[in-house]
Amino acid sequence: MRGSCRSRNTRDRAVCMTNCPTLIVTVGLPARGKTYISKKLTRYLNWIGVPTKEFNVGQYRRECLKIYKSFEFFRPDNEEGLKIRRQCALAALNDVRQYLSVEGGQVAVFDATNTTRERRGTIVKFAEQNGFKVFFVESVCEDPDVIAQNIVQVKLDSPDYIDCNTEEAIEDFMKRIKCYESSYQPLDEVLDRDLSYIKIIDVGCRFLVNRVLDHVQSRIVYYLMNIHITPRSIYLCRHGESDLNIKGRIGGDSALSARGKEYAKCLRKFIQEQNITDLKVWTSQMKRTIQTAESLGVPYEQWKSLNEIDAGVCEEMMYEEIQEHYPLEFALRDQDKYRYRYPKGESYEDLVQRLEPVIMELERQENVLVVCHQAVMRCLLAYFLDKTADELPYLKCPLHTVLKLTPMAYGCKVESVYLGVDSVNTHRDRPENVRAQRTTEDALLTVPAHL
Amino acid sequence: MALSVNREQRKLTQTPLLKIWVPWVGCNLNRRRGSSVPQFCNSPTMIVMVGLPARGKTYISKKLTRYLNWIGVPTKSFNVGQYRREAVKIYKDFEFFNPENEEAMKIRKACASAALKDVAAYFSKEQGQAAVFDATNTTRERRAVILSYAKERGYKVFFVESICDDPEIIAENIKQVKLGSPDYVDRDEDEAMKDFSQRIDCYKSSYMPIDDEKDRKLSYIKIFDVGSRYLVNRVQDHIQSRIVYYLMNIHVTPRSIYLSRHGESELNLSGRIGGDSGLSPRGHKYAKGLATFISDQNIKELKVWTSHMKRTIQTAEALGVPYEQWKALNEIDAGVCEELTYEEIQENLPEEFALRDQDKYRYRYPKGESYEDLVHRLEPVIMELERQENVLVICHQAVFRCLLAYFVNKPAAELPYLRCPLHTVLKLTPIAYGCKVESFSLNIEAVNTHRERPVNVDINRNPEEALQTVPDHI
Repeated sequence: MRGSCRSRNTRDRAVCMTNCPTLIVTVGLPARGKTYISKKLTRYLNWIGVPTKEFNVGQYRRECLKIYKSFEFFRPDNEEGLKIRRQCALAALNDVRQYLSVEGGQVAVFDATNTTRERRGTIVKFAEQNGFKVFFVESVCEDPDVIAQNIVQVKLDSPDYIDCNTEEAIEDFMKRIKCYESSYQPLDEVLDRDLSYIKIIDVGCRFLVNRVLDHVQSRIVYYLMNIHITPRSIYLCRHGESDLNIKGRIGGDSALSARGKEYAKCLRKFIQEQNITDLKVWTSQMKRTIQTAESLGVPYEQWKSLNEIDAGVCEEMMYEEIQEHYPLEFALRDQDKYRYRYPKGESYEDLVQRLEPVIMELERQENVLVVCHQAVMRCLLAYFLDKTADELPYLKCPLHTVLKLTPMAYGCKVESVYLGVDSVNTHRDRPENVRAQRTTEDALLTVPAHL
Repeated sequence: MALSVNREQRKLTQTPLLKIWVPWVGCNLNRRRGSSVPQFCNSPTMIVMVGLPARGKTYISKKLTRYLNWIGVPTKSFNVGQYRREAVKIYKDFEFFNPENEEAMKIRKACASAALKDVAAYFSKEQGQAAVFDATNTTRERRAVILSYAKERGYKVFFVESICDDPEIIAENIKQVKLGSPDYVDRDEDEAMKDFSQRIDCYKSSYMPIDDEKDRKLSYIKIFDVGSRYLVNRVQDHIQSRIVYYLMNIHVTPRSIYLSRHGESELNLSGRIGGDSGLSPRGHKYAKGLATFISDQNIKELKVWTSHMKRTIQTAEALGVPYEQWKALNEIDAGVCEELTYEEIQENLPEEFALRDQDKYRYRYPKGESYEDLVHRLEPVIMELERQENVLVICHQAVFRCLLAYFVNKPAAELPYLRCPLHTVLKLTPIAYGCKVESFSLNIEAVNTHRERPVNVDINRNPEEALQTVPDHI
């Protein structure tokens, strides 16, 4: 990815270099999906390798106030309330500055209502002083059903309403929204024509995009235009156990073992019982995933991007053989499994880049079953569950187990279903000793059993 | 896709050319699966341009068509003005476009209908997937005609409206593409400008832009002021999403793209393909020559991109400027044929060698890639090239061919045979509706790595016939 380039300070305005950090600023009334968008965007950017962090001003307010009494706090004539809220915004901006200028962050998402031109002006000035680019993301929605659904899904469980019953909470929250409505100045096509922003109208029905400045902003816009909130589930699983799996060999393009074929049949049954509307099935272009999908008796789509990680010169080797022939490589891999690239092969980092179009299409789709491979599944899972690069290569993705992911509130519900067919374990944990000079024994300590 | 119930009995086989696993031999998988555009869209899409004259509709149409074809979506553009020129033969003046001119209106309506009929034929008989209907389409009435035509036949419709009132942009536009049009071939500049302005006026009074209220059920993108602002409404599917992303990334700022291969490598000298070798002495000389050439070109803010392979990086190093490495720019993976000579491929894998000659674009090396895979992998590079301004890309033969095919609109059949010799820089400058290509040979000797398609591509050919077109090497 592009290297970062820090900004220099010259008087009040820092010079904005091509790679200067970006401040994404949400705009919108309460219950318009700002936090949902902030968290999702943050997750996506981190997954594709852009260090991103979100700063939710509501959180700062909760830390400051400790106890939320009622909507009165948000009344525009509540001077005390306004003071506290302004302080919280400034505290958050300060942390943003820390993250972007000192800690090497590349993008910060400033999640708050930011409904007045004045507040946005303050943020723009702050960004100019620090050499950050600003990109606004405004969510506009007047559909009462969508707003009600929103409140039910994420507000009722908020710490603010922990002691209220549902009706009370909804009533209070609606009054809270009202407090903002009178002073709300949406981004204006004319007055704000020099700002960079995207206006999302009615949950993605329509978008207004103004002055996209660079690559990151372009990617953000593309992402925001592809996500939706229609309920659906994504099923992830690996191919059935393969002949090479049994022998403890990595990679290759082998067929299913007898147990793998058994799994494929069980998968068919499982999918039928799930009774899924319009299920799309995706596989890689490797024999073992295709054989698995063939058993389902439904059309499926082959993606070369879903192929297993290319182990280069180590293809079809057992870990014992890799240790024997390439002990240094084996150790390097354990030192940094995410970034390590097999000689003439790929790294997990390469895999993520190759899988990005798959993720983008998964966001567009509704119910999908993805039949893939261990490393690929780890990458996809890390995206949905917001796992870091360090955790990603060690996520447990056993054979013959289906993960059902259902987006829920701000995250993802995961249901793991083991289909009851035995298989080898292919998960190799990080051994204790990762030094290049380690003994063979130390290196092979965590290799799972095989023939 | 018809599927038999008895499929458990069938054994998976890998097709010899594409290396795709299919349920049984002879399985009808004529739709390429796993391509960069998933085959979810079963209905063809009509992309309908909207806008006054000189708003860039044809520019967008041609560029979009070129992009969609390159990523593997069979697309064709239908320019109604062309149909008009064929019907009317000689263009007199702007009065033809006077809304009161009943005779002319009849002709114009007939041309639009003829174009629509051809769109239908393209979809039903030629397996087209997208058609760009390039005309002003400035009235609600005309758009309604198109919508109902599409609805009857099950086509999706996506409107692309270009709105611009900046007189400078419009004047520049007219100069770049209108003055050279067949309509004005016998006019002098001022006459032509005057006539064209009056032509635009004919449309202005009846122009009804897409309305955000009345047309809220339609799928469209409005482009304001050449990309300063966009309004996107109801994107229905994957292909429309890709179109929107593409349109939002292109720009018209003048710039040049320089394409070059790495300097001659050690493996090049021995006639071996792939690998990751360093530059030969002549290759190093080229790198130095390239540095001089680039500095002489005096390019503003040039970005330099390379692959992750040693030979491109060594070449860039000689330039003494920062460069960015893209794994996506790596040479095509020749799988089991990596580092072999053509002679060795013929000796060890004669059938593969023949299959490659039969369909070089789709042929995938065993455990390797095809040109088609390469295009998929290069799409983000093209997208970023569209966003950028002056860029020098130092890459490899197959990669170069793919990028070049995109810029000069070469079809899949020609792409793998484009000539991209070592030690030659191509300077591509977008101009009017296309791309000016200037070739600079830096006059440093290098082996020829271009292998033409031999006459005999049959699997049973003899080695001489197979190796007929192999270039010389050590």
